[in-house]
Amino acid sequence: MGQTLFDKIWDAHVVSSNEGFPDILYIDTHFIHEVTSPQAFDGLRTRGLPVFRPKQTVATADHNVPTIDQHLPIKEELSRYQVDMLTKNCKEFGIELYGLGHPYQGIVHVIGPELGITRPGGTYVCGDSHTSTHGAFGAIAFGIGTSQVEQVMATQCLLQSRPKRMKIEVNGTLQKGVGAKDIILYIIAQISAAGGTGYAVEYAGDTIRSLSMEGRMTICNMSIEMGARCGLIAPDETTINYVKGREFAPKGEEWDKAVAYWQTLYSDEDAEFDSVLSFKAEDIEPMITYGTNPGMGIGVTQHVPETASFEAKEQGSYKKALDYMGLHDDETLLGKPIDYVFIGSCTNSRIEDLRQVAEFVKGKHKADNVTVWVVPGSKQVQEQAIREGLDKIFNEAGFPLREPGCSACLGMNEDKIPAGKYCVSTSNRNFEGRQGPNSRTFLASPLTAAASAITGKVTDIRSFFNEEELV
Amino acid sequence: MATKIFKHIQTSVVPLPIENIDTDQIIPARFLKATTRDGFGNNLFRDWRFDGDDNPKQDFVLNNPNYSGKILVAGKNFGCGSSREHAAWAIADYGFDAVVSSFFADIFKGNALNNGLLPVQVSEDFLKKIFDAVYADEHAAVEIDLENQFIRLVATGEQESFEVNPYKKACMTNGYDDIDYILSKKETIAEFESKR
Repeated sequence: MGQTLFDKIWDAHVVSSNEGFPDILYIDTHFIHEVTSPQAFDGLRTRGLPVFRPKQTVATADHNVPTIDQHLPIKEELSRYQVDMLTKNCKEFGIELYGLGHPYQGIVHVIGPELGITRPGGTYVCGDSHTSTHGAFGAIAFGIGTSQVEQVMATQCLLQSRPKRMKIEVNGTLQKGVGAKDIILYIIAQISAAGGTGYAVEYAGDTIRSLSMEGRMTICNMSIEMGARCGLIAPDETTINYVKGREFAPKGEEWDKAVAYWQTLYSDEDAEFDSVLSFKAEDIEPMITYGTNPGMGIGVTQHVPETASFEAKEQGSYKKALDYMGLHDDETLLGKPIDYVFIGSCTNSRIEDLRQVAEFVKGKHKADNVTVWVVPGSKQVQEQAIREGLDKIFNEAGFPLREPGCSACLGMNEDKIPAGKYCVSTSNRNFEGRQGPNSRTFLASPLTAAASAITGKVTDIRSFFNEEELV
Repeated sequence: MATKIFKHIQTSVVPLPIENIDTDQIIPARFLKATTRDGFGNNLFRDWRFDGDDNPKQDFVLNNPNYSGKILVAGKNFGCGSSREHAAWAIADYGFDAVVSSFFADIFKGNALNNGLLPVQVSEDFLKKIFDAVYADEHAAVEIDLENQFIRLVATGEQESFEVNPYKKACMTNGYDDIDYILSKKETIAEFESKR
């Protein structure tokens, strides 16, 4: 019987497999950041252990960092302490740190791919659930807790039980204005925030194949939002072309050897999956979430479900979510006034996202009632945007381009959405208080976020298409 | 390093019948700035437990003196969201030894097991029975036996068995830790590296 892509990569990384124990899985690169690493470094010190493979460990500061005036000391004391602690720990344990001010600094899931560290066939972990992003390259990548961060630091390995395999196919042609973010929000709305739990999900089908690497990263990024252990997409020409020439990508003979291997990385035709789901691209509208988990999403023209449509035992949680969001049964979100628009996060802060938004907002201006933050995913994205003059377009539109970091995705820095305010956000989670205490999040694509910033209310991006053509 | 040992408990429970309780509710991101593992219990369910002025919200179960115990009982898909282990630390630091739900998010489950906090997955029916029992009598006791893998409502004797990875079970009942085990394989790891 043939093998799945996931199993091919997993098997190539099993150090030992013992009956009754989880597999010992070898990790190619361990990404670390300031929030989930300090206790792991402390653990190593207590045990008197070094970092086993410091050269396979890459550090950056992203969660806590301010997104303006990054050249100045961090004002918030606890954030500054945590970032300083990372610097100290990296120095003590011999780990390369792309900290504030470094040209490679940025959100951990943006810099890995853009530096060519993330490659097909590899295994990647990080103390961050959105590590699933790296699976877009045809890799196994998943988030881990701090005890596991310590385990990988100590041994470059992780005890892991092999998950089940799910294939999610999307075939057909997307409507204009519908993109990768809408696809993944649609899938999660269909299968729920728990629908992928226990699975490694391979995304396949011609719609997925037609996506850029940025789009594929957006899809894999949100795998965790349906509970999946990880998400991955078989590498192809698009993948290879993206990796080629990047800073840490293999070169010369190494490159040829690598590409030959990458070309073997696909699920065999007779490979068996534990679950297979299929969706049609034509069914997907621009999506928006209305509730407090990413599974609570609808097409932007649809209405919020009625409480009575849920089973009795689910109604209490549903009602709680609607109350939190200040919404009611059967409400349509279209036209609902909003207060903030956040374009950023490891889901949608890459250069392609910024180009798409800039192209749309060129010559337009945000509505007066909306504050817009555009936060690039990395220093390299920021500089590329400036080289292309996107910052000028953004400024003229009232969309100031800030400095890189996780920012308002989780509000660990100053970029918080105030209580009761609505934010159309390109990030990945709409949990209660995620963007700041009592903030209210509508998750959407960069285009939907940009269109909503222009009109000042939740907007169907397709309503602009009569006036102009959009590439 | 030795971790906390869990074999058996019998205690009253704290009911939280909400589904999809995510890690941002368990411990909001703004409280992740500590660099040690201690003290997160003070901010467990922070925004459900306290208002904007840090006053306890009387309608939240942790502020209700009628409910106490070592077991937190919650709706399905408990612990979804972030990989932050701080969520498991916060629950354990507050004083819980086990969480019962009809479904757990993957990463949370692993984090809990690595911290001596037992996640017990029960059927929807049994979950309802626990909620019914505790709402009928807030002192209703629940017994969790890890060695024999069952959970029991003490008053009625109704019980259900639960699954746990045999390796993690051995770790929890003996206080072993993953790193000790994996460090014992270091030679095998180096050998694997040399063959790549």
